[in-house]
Amino acid sequence: MSSSHALRVDEILSTARTLRSELGTDFHEQLIEAVFGTAARIADRAVTRPGEQARPTLDRTIDRLVTSRIWGFPLMFLLFTVMFWLTISGANVPSGWIAWLLIDTIYPLLREGAVWLGLPWWLWGLAIDGMYLATAWVVSVMLPPMAIFFPMFTLLEDFGYLPRVAFNLDWLFKKAGAHGKQAMTTMMGFGCNAAGVIATRIIDSPRERLIAILTNNFALCNGRWPTQILIATLFIGSLVPAYLGGVVSALAVVGVAVLGVVLTFMIAWTLSRTVLRGQVSTFSLELPPYRPPRILQTLYTSIIDRTILVLWRAVVWALPAGALIWLTSNIHIGGPSIAEHLITLLNPLGLFVGLNGVILLAYVLAIPANEIVIPTVLMLTVLATGTTGVGQGAGVMFDLEDTNQLMSLFRSGGWTLLTGINLMLFSLIHNPCSTTIYTIYKETGSTKWTLVASLMPVGLGFAVTFVVALLWRLVTGAG
Amino acid sequence: MTTTSTGSMAAGCVACPVHNLANLLKLGVTMDNWNFVVALAGNPNTGKSTVFNALTGLRQHTGNWPGKTVSRAEGGFEYGGHRYKLVDLPGTYSLLAASPDEEAARDFILFGRPDVTVVVVDATRVERNLNLVLQVLEITDRVVVCLNLMDEARRHGLQVDDRTLARELGVPVVPASARYREGIDGVLQAISDVATGQFVCKPRRIQNEPPELKRAVAELVARIEAAFPGLPNARWVALRLLDGDERIIQAIRRGELGELGHVAPAETAGAEAARLEGVR
Repeated sequence: MSSSHALRVDEILSTARTLRSELGTDFHEQLIEAVFGTAARIADRAVTRPGEQARPTLDRTIDRLVTSRIWGFPLMFLLFTVMFWLTISGANVPSGWIAWLLIDTIYPLLREGAVWLGLPWWLWGLAIDGMYLATAWVVSVMLPPMAIFFPMFTLLEDFGYLPRVAFNLDWLFKKAGAHGKQAMTTMMGFGCNAAGVIATRIIDSPRERLIAILTNNFALCNGRWPTQILIATLFIGSLVPAYLGGVVSALAVVGVAVLGVVLTFMIAWTLSRTVLRGQVSTFSLELPPYRPPRILQTLYTSIIDRTILVLWRAVVWALPAGALIWLTSNIHIGGPSIAEHLITLLNPLGLFVGLNGVILLAYVLAIPANEIVIPTVLMLTVLATGTTGVGQGAGVMFDLEDTNQLMSLFRSGGWTLLTGINLMLFSLIHNPCSTTIYTIYKETGSTKWTLVASLMPVGLGFAVTFVVALLWRLVTGAG
Repeated sequence: MTTTSTGSMAAGCVACPVHNLANLLKLGVTMDNWNFVVALAGNPNTGKSTVFNALTGLRQHTGNWPGKTVSRAEGGFEYGGHRYKLVDLPGTYSLLAASPDEEAARDFILFGRPDVTVVVVDATRVERNLNLVLQVLEITDRVVVCLNLMDEARRHGLQVDDRTLARELGVPVVPASARYREGIDGVLQAISDVATGQFVCKPRRIQNEPPELKRAVAELVARIEAAFPGLPNARWVALRLLDGDERIIQAIRRGELGELGHVAPAETAGAEAARLEGVR
């Protein structure tokens, strides 16, 4: 750069400084006014409104209803209950078909094939009883509910309802000392917590973003729905007459999801008054117009982008997890298998908080993916109770379609209504899955906050289940 | 940055791409195998991502809520024998750099010098959207306005005259309904026309400033043009300097309006995270 050029640059900057002081303080406003004035004039010439109709009244009516102080929340609960109910009652049949195909038909064929090939028992045990069955179970349990729920969720999103939910929740988040945009990241967390954590990038303030990341785990992700749905159907739905079972189970699942949102507020409130103190930032949330959803395109994109992607992730984790479960059940140390040792070890703690050793071990084994909690629980229960006549042996995952059979298995494992309720609570309140933990680490770049995000929910989960168990024992007098 | 690459770029023929290769690299955009770079700007929730998908043929899900495009998306398309790289900028209401989003969008248009900037405009909210268009037109001449959501405008009983808009703004204005793929061919044609120089934009500059401001701007512009001949947006730079914009002062001081304090906040997360982003 030549010195004469540098001189000219200095001149420009000094001239700018002088002129700036001459122009006075309202320069910025003048400039903005000039832009806005020009825009208004051009728009005035180009846009005409023959009908003098400001906005379709239908949009306004819908908005008045769904964001109303009185009707907003009840409508929200009703809508989500209906969605869960449709998912619960609609998923059973296709789940049965897939289970019949993958587990009742293909699985025996694979096993026969392995025997015919003369493979060593540990090899086909590991590959077919462990890895294949884990994957098959995950597919048959997860695919149908996701294929029903995700398109419905996407249609709502397309239609423009989700920003209204954010609008309804905004003041609550502000009260809790969090950013209003967290309403949206929480909504995304209901699909997948890892995605919800990434979505917190829309929050500018680091303090509020951290709150959103730390509490996203309390949005019940889809990997945990199968657990919620199954346990609600078995333990809660069975308390009422059969024709009410579906609705009551759906309400129980919605109840757990709502509890998650309540916990989000409580934790955010606590954090913003202790370690993450600071001002609440304001932002403007534009409510987009309602748009008629494009049904076919939505079905296509929601199945490709969401269902298949989430399913793929589950399958990728189910393969090694299946192998691990099979190994822990089939490697014996001084008599019992590793799994049995661990169950015995964890049982006192489990029973203390109204769960049991099997559930705790299942949550340790299922850290990679919440989706495989239920199959792991089932398999370990069979192992621990020594039940015969169900499943195919140690470390074999299986699917029991008959709920009575499933119930009797749980009963023989010592399960009560308390175990069911506490499993639903613990499924909501425990550490995030490994993908989410990894995402939190990448987004925060901090080991400390990643540890807090992982350990805080587990601690809270134990506290909540312990209190529930305590109350339960006080009320029922049971041991 | 190497002065040789920009130097040869400036010395090249007029029909050659105008984009700033060295700065684009700093912004994280590689131009190997691409003839032109096209930036996509617009207010939040105007269907920018839908336009992006329609132009690139991608079928990612786009949500109906503002601010869903968290990280910058890139794609490409081929049209009329040229290969175009399309960069989706964060949705913003203005380019005054009040927030990181606005700053990222502005930096890309200013320093990356895209060959064409497509501004997606919500046909149901023309006035508010024009504020952004006018600000973009201050920075770059090479603009195509995509008048999106025409279907909604019709539904709301609005008539938007694209020809009046084009005349007022001095750039191509293409009506479209990207959700139904209407008007996308027109957008492609307009991009191609502006990129190859077949259409020369004569953009509207804001003129209704008070007289003393006009004088101040004229004085500064003369000096800036003397120091940086060929700068396409001397007037805008002058306005920013008068506004005391530190980033622009720095850019001037460092000599080439080319220095960037940081890389746009796009590529912070890895592939796994980006892949999961589509999942909610």
